[in-house]
Amino acid sequence: MSNQAVQARTTALETRLRVANLNVTFGEGEKAVNVLQNITLEVGAGEFVCLLGPSGCGKSTLLNVLGGFLKPDSGEVVIDGKPVLGPDPRRIFVFQERGVFPWMTVEGNIGFGLFRLTKEEQARRIFYYVNLVGLSGFEKAYPHELSGGMKQRVEVARALAVNPDVLFLDEPFGALDSITRLIMRRELLRIWQKERKTVLFVTHDIDESIQLADRVLVMSTRPATIQRVVDIDIDHPRDISSRHYLDLRDQIFEQIGLAHKV
Amino acid sequence: MKRWQSRISPFLTAVLLLAAWHAAVVWTHTRIFPGPVQVLAGLKDLAGRDLLAGYVRDSLLRVSAGYLAAVALGLPLGLMLGGSPTAAAALNPPIQIMRPISPLAWIPLAIIWFGVGSGAAVFLIFLASVFPIIVATIDAVRSIPPVFRNAGQNFGLPSAMLLRKVIFPAALPQILVGLRIALGIAWLVVVAAEMIAVDSGLGYLIIDSRNAGQRYDLVVAGMLLIGIVGVILDSIMRRIETLKSVRWGFCND
Ligand SMILES: Nc1ncnc2c1ncn2[C@@H]1O[C@H](COP(=O)(O)OP(=O)(O)O)[C@@H](O)[C@H]1O
Ligand SMILES: [Mg+2]
Repeated sequence: MSNQAVQARTTALETRLRVANLNVTFGEGEKAVNVLQNITLEVGAGEFVCLLGPSGCGKSTLLNVLGGFLKPDSGEVVIDGKPVLGPDPRRIFVFQERGVFPWMTVEGNIGFGLFRLTKEEQARRIFYYVNLVGLSGFEKAYPHELSGGMKQRVEVARALAVNPDVLFLDEPFGALDSITRLIMRRELLRIWQKERKTVLFVTHDIDESIQLADRVLVMSTRPATIQRVVDIDIDHPRDISSRHYLDLRDQIFEQIGLAHKV
Repeated sequence: MKRWQSRISPFLTAVLLLAAWHAAVVWTHTRIFPGPVQVLAGLKDLAGRDLLAGYVRDSLLRVSAGYLAAVALGLPLGLMLGGSPTAAAALNPPIQIMRPISPLAWIPLAIIWFGVGSGAAVFLIFLASVFPIIVATIDAVRSIPPVFRNAGQNFGLPSAMLLRKVIFPAALPQILVGLRIALGIAWLVVVAAEMIAVDSGLGYLIIDSRNAGQRYDLVVAGMLLIGIVGVILDSIMRRIETLKSVRWGFCND
């Protein structure tokens, strides 16, 4: 599909996040590494966008800038009309399973961001999100007693429980085995369809991006630019053996410069 | 090795060592080193004179006082310095210079300041344990993975709450290791402190038994008691490390 179609589709949604001419360089002088170069992108409210690129290209760096954890050297990030100055509970960052607090139970983790609410409301939300991610019965368990997939669900539930507008997910399923990964993708889609958060999902897995996203932003190697935007116009649940799916997959493979044969 | 074997082998070793000790003393007809039988008799003698429990208690009280004071100062200070690079840079030189000074070097000053008595001993124990606690706490806070801090900040916690709910528990496993080592040092020092400054406790027992009548059976009894109490203290600290809220820091799964 053409880039015009992409534009048309995003302008139909209210813009939630806008990034203009973002540049990030690590180090100084001789050792300076230009990691992000002139990144410009827009994400609509409720949209699911994947940032796809090879390892080390700067995906985490970009997501950290969007999340407010890292100041860019130039350019700006605007969310809901306001420049991003730091992390904010309306926009939650989901790290790989490493982000779950190992000293807290499942309940404690999921309720972590709810300290402003009354005890009753906290309990209600914890109950709801424990169920939503299928962890009932494990409320009192500690993370080291859980599998990788369960820990990941705890982190997603902790993020959702504060009812954020935006979720940033940095290769959240990267450390999981391939079966758990598939299940987690389905769960995430189910939750997204139910709650309609704006999602920015970083991955280096081409199939993962096509299975999940409304749009895939393909990033180049360092210094990372957005090489191409691919609109995934397939309804959920997606048939991953359909002609169209395979066409999109081929396009992205070609874009990244990989042959079809191993 | 089978389970029962690993349970039994420490007892076997102990019995063998005691037997070897006994045999060595009997065969050499030594008069200056007591055998296990004499040491046991010495312990009975002490207990009979109602001194044993009192000495152990006094030593433990001094260690508790000095050590708890060191925790009360060292822990908050370490947390603060670990979280603030500027404060740490400013206070680092004095801390690093004080750290390698053996607590025993402080004995003269301790006696001038606190007189000959429990105060001096407690002060020495405090000095011996406070630096390891400060340093271990700073290191523990510094080595918290940034992901925990970021996650904490992301949910908008005020800084006091961030400290209480994220920084402190994230650093706690490593802090506990430091606390355990510091307690070991405190116990090591109580004996030395009691040799110079007080008239009760296990250190006093050792020095007094030698001075008053060459009771080497009591000297060795005192040494054994110190070792046994030390092991008990250490195992209590290790027990704390198995609590669920800190165990994550001690296993790799
Ligand atoms: N804090 C940093 N200081 C210096 N270099 C960094 C830093 N963070 C990331 N980099 C470098 O920036 C590049 C992009 O890193 P990253 O964003 O983590 O890539 P990705 O997430 O796409 O794998 C890498 O070459 C990495 O070494
Ligand atoms: Mg990354």
